Amino acid sequence: MSEMTPEDFVKMINSAKETMDWKPVFDIIPYYSFLGLQLAPWGGGLTCVLPENKKFIGNPTLPALHGGVVGAFLESTALVHLLATQEVTRLPKIINITVEYLRSGKPVETYAEAVVTKPGRRVANLRIEAWQQDRKKPIASAHANFLVS
Amino acid sequence: MSIEFDISQIQNILEHGIPHAAEIGLKVHEMNEDGVVFSLPYQERFAGNPVNGVLHGGIITTLIDSAAGMCIYAKIKEYIPLATLDLRIDYLNPATPGEDVFTRATCYKVTKQIAFVRAIAYHSDPEDPIANSVGTFMLRSTDTPPLNYSAKRKGAAE
Repeated sequence: MSEMTPEDFVKMINSAKETMDWKPVFDIIPYYSFLGLQLAPWGGGLTCVLPENKKFIGNPTLPALHGGVVGAFLESTALVHLLATQEVTRLPKIINITVEYLRSGKPVETYAEAVVTKPGRRVANLRIEAWQQDRKKPIASAHANFLVS
Repeated sequence: MSIEFDISQIQNILEHGIPHAAEIGLKVHEMNEDGVVFSLPYQERFAGNPVNGVLHGGIITTLIDSAAGMCIYAKIKEYIPLATLDLRIDYLNPATPGEDVFTRATCYKVTKQIAFVRAIAYHSDPEDPIANSVGTFMLRSTDTPPLNYSAKRKGAAE
């Protein structure tokens, strides 16, 4: 892995918070790079974008995104939201996530947003929703708990 | 239609019928009525923590979701279209960087329309899991051809 210390990483997150430029953070998290995770320039700056990519397909005959990728994208969006909106002294740890699959995800660009439903001192609860062409037709939603301290 | 489970045939489905399974390098080890065992070789590109290389939860979700779907086929012995309704994952322990992750998924109840699945993810000891999961799936979710059909077509073309 990189020579990065936990302190360096927290510093990087806090600097991203100030500059609103999350690209350095996304670039250094290997799985975010694998997903090609980006932030949309709209939606208050915290809408995550999963680019269109054939490698995310789980069912080629429909075709549809792999459910695991959709779940991973929702979890990633939740973490980004936590990092950006809560005070971070260490990297939050996921405790659990429940993903509800509402519609089959087409292999196209996908968006997701999270809200903190309970910003606890030790545990934060978030709700996350993903959609494609139509914001009113979510393809999946999730709720997740993160250990934050 | 009854299907004999030939591990190499299942591996062929993973490699030719499910692009994302092929991309991440999923391997099948066991498949019978009691469930399936899949593994994912450790790859640094799936790390969620840049400091210590611990895998991102999302890749564990993907491993479990894939095995969960397949264990339903193992149970009903028929490749019908499936859709995940929901999947809950409890992350019990961080995955150890550098170690492959295994998952065992079992379909413990199936009705005419719905299948119920539980799964764990682990390194070497299923008694000391990394993650525990339960999920539900809808059967015959679409009228598209079954999974092994496109794998067969693609496998034959090579």
